[in-house]
Amino acid sequence: MSSNGSLDSAIPPGPLAEKWTNYQAKAKLINPANKRKFNIIVIGSGLAGGSAAATLSELGYNVKCFCYQDSPRRAHSIAAQGGINAAKNYQNDGDSVWRLFYDTIKGGDFRSREANVHRLAEVSTNIIDQCVAQGVPFAREYGGLLANRSFGGAQVSRTFYAAGQTGQQLLIGCYQALEKEIKKGGVTMYPRTEMLDLVKVDGHAKGIVVRDLTTGEVSSHAADCVIMATGGYGNVFYLSTNAMGCNVMAAFRAHKRGAYFANPCYTQIHPTCIPVSGDYQSKLTLMSESLRNDGRIWVPKSKETAAKIREGKLSGNDVPDEERDYYLERKYPSFGNLAPRDISSRSAKEACDEGRGVASTGLGVFLDFRDAIARLGEDTIRSRYGNLFQMYEKISGDNPYKSPMMIYPAVHYTMGGLWVDYNLQSNLKGLHVLGEANFSDHGANRLGASALMQGLADGYFVIPSTLPSYLAEVTPGSVTTDAPEFAQAEAEVNERIEKLMSINGTRTVDSFHRELGLLVWDKCGMARSEEGLKEALEKIPAIREAFWSDVRIPGKADGLNMELEKAGRVADFIDFAELMCHDALDRAESCGGHFRVEHQFTPEDEAVQSGFTNDGEAKRHDDDFCYVAAWGYKGPGEKPDLHKEELDFESVELSVRSYK
Amino acid sequence: MNLTLKVWRQESPNDKGNIETYEAKDIPAEASFLEMLDIVNEEIIVAGGDPIHFDHDCREGICGACSLTINGVPHSKENGITTCQVHMRKFRDGDTIWIEPFRARAFPIVKDLVTDRASFDRIIASGGYISVRTGSAVDANSLPVNFEDASESFNAAACIGCGACVAACKNASAMLFVGAKAAHLNLLPQGEPEKDKRVLGMVRQMDAEGFGNCTNQYECEAVCPKEISTDVIAKLNRDYATAATREAVE
Amino acid sequence: MNSLGKSLCRFWHSSIGKKIVVALTGAMLILFLLGHVVGNLLVFAGREAMNDYAEFLLHMMHGTGIWVARIGLLVALVLHIVATVSLVRQNRAARDVDYSCKETVQASKSSRIMIWSGLTVLAFVIFHILHFTVRVDSGLANLHDPANPDRHDTFGMVVAGFQNPLVVLFYIVGISLLCSHLSHGIASVFQTLGWRSKKVAGPEKKLGWAIAILLWLGFLSIPVATMMGCLGDPPKIHAAVEEPAKAE
Repeated sequence: MSSNGSLDSAIPPGPLAEKWTNYQAKAKLINPANKRKFNIIVIGSGLAGGSAAATLSELGYNVKCFCYQDSPRRAHSIAAQGGINAAKNYQNDGDSVWRLFYDTIKGGDFRSREANVHRLAEVSTNIIDQCVAQGVPFAREYGGLLANRSFGGAQVSRTFYAAGQTGQQLLIGCYQALEKEIKKGGVTMYPRTEMLDLVKVDGHAKGIVVRDLTTGEVSSHAADCVIMATGGYGNVFYLSTNAMGCNVMAAFRAHKRGAYFANPCYTQIHPTCIPVSGDYQSKLTLMSESLRNDGRIWVPKSKETAAKIREGKLSGNDVPDEERDYYLERKYPSFGNLAPRDISSRSAKEACDEGRGVASTGLGVFLDFRDAIARLGEDTIRSRYGNLFQMYEKISGDNPYKSPMMIYPAVHYTMGGLWVDYNLQSNLKGLHVLGEANFSDHGANRLGASALMQGLADGYFVIPSTLPSYLAEVTPGSVTTDAPEFAQAEAEVNERIEKLMSINGTRTVDSFHRELGLLVWDKCGMARSEEGLKEALEKIPAIREAFWSDVRIPGKADGLNMELEKAGRVADFIDFAELMCHDALDRAESCGGHFRVEHQFTPEDEAVQSGFTNDGEAKRHDDDFCYVAAWGYKGPGEKPDLHKEELDFESVELSVRSYK
Repeated sequence: MNLTLKVWRQESPNDKGNIETYEAKDIPAEASFLEMLDIVNEEIIVAGGDPIHFDHDCREGICGACSLTINGVPHSKENGITTCQVHMRKFRDGDTIWIEPFRARAFPIVKDLVTDRASFDRIIASGGYISVRTGSAVDANSLPVNFEDASESFNAAACIGCGACVAACKNASAMLFVGAKAAHLNLLPQGEPEKDKRVLGMVRQMDAEGFGNCTNQYECEAVCPKEISTDVIAKLNRDYATAATREAVE
Repeated sequence: MNSLGKSLCRFWHSSIGKKIVVALTGAMLILFLLGHVVGNLLVFAGREAMNDYAEFLLHMMHGTGIWVARIGLLVALVLHIVATVSLVRQNRAARDVDYSCKETVQASKSSRIMIWSGLTVLAFVIFHILHFTVRVDSGLANLHDPANPDRHDTFGMVVAGFQNPLVVLFYIVGISLLCSHLSHGIASVFQTLGWRSKKVAGPEKKLGWAIAILLWLGFLSIPVATMMGCLGDPPKIHAAVEEPAKAE
């Protein structure tokens, strides 16, 4: 392991609670007349990219926005169901910016950057104001004021929601703002266009090479800076709750051009998804975590009862209360069913590993609304979760009002991402990374309803304030696509496409993706071990080799060719999986979404004996691993280079994360 | 189960296109409709053919990308779902299934079952928003919205922009789409100031895109995956009449 | 004025504007039909009541009333037809390639044949006006009220006019299609004028059907009753031209 010293995170000086205010007061500004001279590229049109593109255009910059979907409205932010956190304290239940900050830091298992998280908590309140003004139809009380619900990892009700479609409503608000700017001429939108490379001129990110997915045409775009908001890499596991098109290509291309990739091993496994039913399956469906407000999670106490349920001889309703193990309520009495995602997921895995799983595959636990329906009535439950129940019924064929739902964890969100400093700028100057694509705010685990918050915070409020600190140093329009670097990058992109098209092997792209996914899910999924990770690192090169010699891509490159698109993405997933396993192997501790079986609390530990935590919980090693692991690319198949950003906790005390 | 598929194939926008027949063999009943197409496509690719292109992304009924007309009905005959939520357990062994794109002049075909629905984006850009500069908003609770209006607005806002309403309408009318957006924003106090401009702008763009007119048959409502009611069309008509009158008087 | 003219022009050229014209003119024609059926049913009150009514219509407002009504209805009818034909042409153009397999989920049969029921009704209306208003058949034109020979015997004309089964059949077809047209049209007026919302949803459809059925019963009761002899024997036709079938 090599280390090049701590990275400079550009955190402003001063007390934590004043950093952002002070920063804004002193930040550089761009003269309004000069703003229109700056060209900005935004890749991705989800909550982070869309809100950034709209806001920057509003401010007067020239924006070009790219997305692979046919419309910016289809970005995968749309699928977030449950809600968005904000420290509004409208419920008067003791919430505050500090509490949201602390919950997020603790939820992230003390692996995030304090200054960024505090800023996130601060701007969270502005987001709600902004969205309501845009017409986002949040749930309201009868008096006409906004309603809140509670979410995992918090003891206050600070989550704003719009039934089970919060992400959709927020994204549509942002999309409408973007369309307004498109009509005005401030934003040029490039839908069905995929970024295939980042172009660096004199060490700064100055443009991209894209492929028009409809015509197959490869072209270059130059700008004064590049903003990437391209989402997470959950699809490296093949099966995940991500959309089919979600990919790591843009981020990985930037990584290959020198941007550090931070904490790739931090992946979030969401506890409430519909279990897998067969190997033809293309994706997993998430059921909002908000269901855990009223649903109780359980498995039978005995393996025999579980076996009978699996064989269909017994239904969940037939199991009397005394034979049920409401394991989250038992293990975490104060948070109960609202324990954070990583903990809930691992508990489900443990129960199933013990042979007490209930789905036909053995991989499923019950989420039961029987008691909530008895207490509140079916109508109340319908008004809260109607669309989720309907969705469940459509997929599984079972009626959750009558019998308990079956759920199982699935890959959902990735906390890791491109490394950025306080300004959201990568180590590669000019490249800024927002939303899920960066690594900064969630540490090793993200709390529910915080992804939407971060995406919008980055796009609406952070980047408009931090971007000028880079732009003020550059001459607008100084780089055009005439720079030789563009021709060079374009040639490399074309060469790669030609190579993919010419393999003409025997296997489909999906078959490789499935093979890779199974391997990383098995070795780098909910539980990881040194042995397993080493095995994965041995097997991935073989998959890469087979891919590049035997993949079959039909059709031509000069038109719509979805197999070619997938192939490019899967090729990068293969390389990325290697990086993820390297990081997971290197981090010899358990924290948040990264659970190393060698590093867990045992009955001998003092914290277990004192009753502070349980046997089997994740065990951090703060002395050795209280850092961000930012990896630099070294070449195909080479072990990446580790750069550390030491995490300083000035305001909170590192402690064992307990939700008991 | 084994099925016969009658699928629209069209190489490019200017190609004529035709229906081709495929056999889908050994399809598990638990698979989704799109997973069935994935299985068929794998076979086509291995056999050296060009796979059937169709739009899809989230596969959980929310992004609005998937857009197939199944046996003559957009998103299939089942109520309140998108194509990706159709499951094969609804079909029987030996069935013949017709699969066509969402057809409308304003949704030109890109390839096979993939259409270009950018006309919807242009309609939104013509007024489907509330102008509010980032950072200039007042406190969210300073503007209470009565519960009924908020709920009705939410119901209209559920639109995912898939275009099934257009595809099902015998006139390829976009009135449900436009009505839903107008109702979502016009019902809220925040949307009030731009109401007239919004409605006139969106309707004019809708006409310019070449969508047809509503003849009140409500096929759109029947296929809408979010079950948006044609009440929003009545409201759009009313709002348009008011806006046009005000414009004429001024 | 110029800007008002421009606004009206834009209104007419917009899809919703044209539909509002269709709805308003349709509503006028429906109101006319309601009045018409009530007046016609006076035939069952006997010759005197019917002929009094006919005389009243001809002489109201010193004879100008009927022309105001006739011109108003003609303008409404023409606008209704011009607007719908133009909408139908736009609608056909909105889908250039048709489905190979198309199924209807909930649209009513009546709603799907509006243009055809409408055009057939137009043909029927022309026939009806020639038959009973213009009276191209001089036999029907020259009837005189036996009690008051100075005025036309409208009652006798109706009875005589419905002696031919083919004429009655055409009336049945015409009126039935008219009522099919209205069953969809009346509900559509409410929708297009925006008089429908969640709070009042439902009744407008029932109202449409109720009016359509009442009109159907009201209008068709006359030719059917005549055929069945309930209105007595037809009057003697002076100019023995007993070929009403030629009007078809």
